[in-house]
Amino acid sequence: MGRTLVSAIIAAHSSQEAMEGEICQVKVDFAFANDITGAPAAASFLEMGAEKVFDPQRCAFLPDHFTPNKDIASAEQTKNGREFAKKQGMLYWEVGRVGIEHAFLPEQGYILPGDIIIGADSHTCTGGALGALSTGVGSTDLAAVWALGETWLKVPPTIRVEFKGKRPSWITGKDMILSLIGRISVQGARYMALEFGGEGIEDLPMDDRFTIANMAVEAGAKTGLFVPDGKTLEYARSRAARSFTPLYPDRDASYVRTEIFDFEEMTPVAAMPHSPDNVKPVRECGSPEIDQVFIGACTNGRLRDIEAAAKMMEGKKVADGVRCIVIPASYEVYNAAMDKGYLRTFTEAGAVVCTPTCGPCLGGHMGILAAGERCVSTSNRNFVGRMGSPKSELILASPLTAAASAVTGRLTDPRDVASAEFFNTLEGK
Amino acid sequence: MSSTFSGKAWKYGDHIDTDVIIPARHLVSSNESELGKHCMEDIDKDFVHKMSRGDMIVAGENFGCGSSREHAPLAIKGAGCSCVIAASFARIFYRNSINVGLPILECPEAAASIETGDEVVIDPSGGTIENRTKGKTFKVAPFSPFLQDLIRQGGLIPYVRRRLEERGKSE
Repeated sequence: MGRTLVSAIIAAHSSQEAMEGEICQVKVDFAFANDITGAPAAASFLEMGAEKVFDPQRCAFLPDHFTPNKDIASAEQTKNGREFAKKQGMLYWEVGRVGIEHAFLPEQGYILPGDIIIGADSHTCTGGALGALSTGVGSTDLAAVWALGETWLKVPPTIRVEFKGKRPSWITGKDMILSLIGRISVQGARYMALEFGGEGIEDLPMDDRFTIANMAVEAGAKTGLFVPDGKTLEYARSRAARSFTPLYPDRDASYVRTEIFDFEEMTPVAAMPHSPDNVKPVRECGSPEIDQVFIGACTNGRLRDIEAAAKMMEGKKVADGVRCIVIPASYEVYNAAMDKGYLRTFTEAGAVVCTPTCGPCLGGHMGILAAGERCVSTSNRNFVGRMGSPKSELILASPLTAAASAVTGRLTDPRDVASAEFFNTLEGK
Repeated sequence: MSSTFSGKAWKYGDHIDTDVIIPARHLVSSNESELGKHCMEDIDKDFVHKMSRGDMIVAGENFGCGSSREHAPLAIKGAGCSCVIAASFARIFYRNSINVGLPILECPEAAASIETGDEVVIDPSGGTIENRTKGKTFKVAPFSPFLQDLIRQGGLIPYVRRRLEERGKSE
């Protein structure tokens, strides 16, 4: 029986056979931590008796969660991580240059097709958009990788996911992944991998693929991988910080099953409180009133997301009583959005634009919710208390739906505020 | 393997995520006892006041889903819990618990049977969970041989230390 993509990648990094279910020791291509997970990883590293990271150019520390630091405790924590990184000569980017790790590292060419990437953050699975086996671990596991350049991985079974037909431009990567999680549940892919392929994703932009891979963990998956195609290789080759070898699944690969979606039957969807699998068509959610909109995060803070939201809000105003917070995920995105006039569109509409940070997504800072407040967010988790008060409510949706909701003050399907012509311009037709 | 231990059960549902185990507003420390003060506070704000040292968290499917924060098993340890019994665990939480030395037991039958207040006895060497209140005993499937070896060596930190020493010798 042939190999799935995840099995092919593990086999290429291990001396073992890497058949499904086998625990393999694998070489790691790149390993990183952030300002929350970095300091405990550094402490574990020293406790292990390690002196030098396995390769300073393949180990990174990115302060992106409470950026710039929100209080003394977060500043101390970041300082610990920064001092460790500098002492080790590891890759480190200072505030003002760093972006949200899962947007920034692919931009900088550190996550590449065929790689094994280990990050001390659950959304490390985002790198799967590039056809890498990219997965999240805790701080001690990450410290072990920094020390050894290796980790252990069990070869997971794979669910193949395909999309059929022609994607309408009101269906974004966010609608695609939420539809999948709604169908298979938050544990539908627990201990498994998701593999995305098929003709329906051929013209899907990279930014949408990052969104889809980002939320694989919300279905419980170890990672969500896209089979590399022309778009993947073009993105990777133009940015690669080192050489890479793309890998592919065998034609006769064995999957647990294949989940097929037909674009013709899909609509913009939202995940209602308090679970990413509580997914419904936006038009069937009862148009609840909202207090806040957040557009950003490692899920949806890339240029195509910012662009879609800006175009939706152009010439319009954020509804009275609504706070709209826009956070580009990196300075590449921030500067491109500035050059294209999108940041001005937001501020003229009455939205706030902040510096790249994870910020409100995890209830860190820059837009925390009070009890009884409701927010439409482009982030990836709507667990109880995720963005602030345990009595607040979070609705997850695409940047188009979030921007449409900011304008109306209620959860709104983008098709209810924009014309067919608008959606044509969105795809550059 | 250590000897048996017992405690009272505190029962929760499916998909208990790391944001309710330890909310991100407390992730400005990785100190076990500091984190322990806030354990489970967004799902059960009195948890740390009503539980006693040695008590156990019992839950349904997918316990520990969400973020990779190792602070979650640390908070549970810091609160004084002796272990977590669940029908299933999210994968990162599973690895993290082994790495920080929080005993976890995957047993759907025990998780379904045990209710809040039940007296539970764990026999790690026999691989059993006894619900003393209900008079039922459940067998726990053993860890994979690799993980048993990792646990026997004292966890990931001693394992890596030994690997590094071996490398030092061979150089």
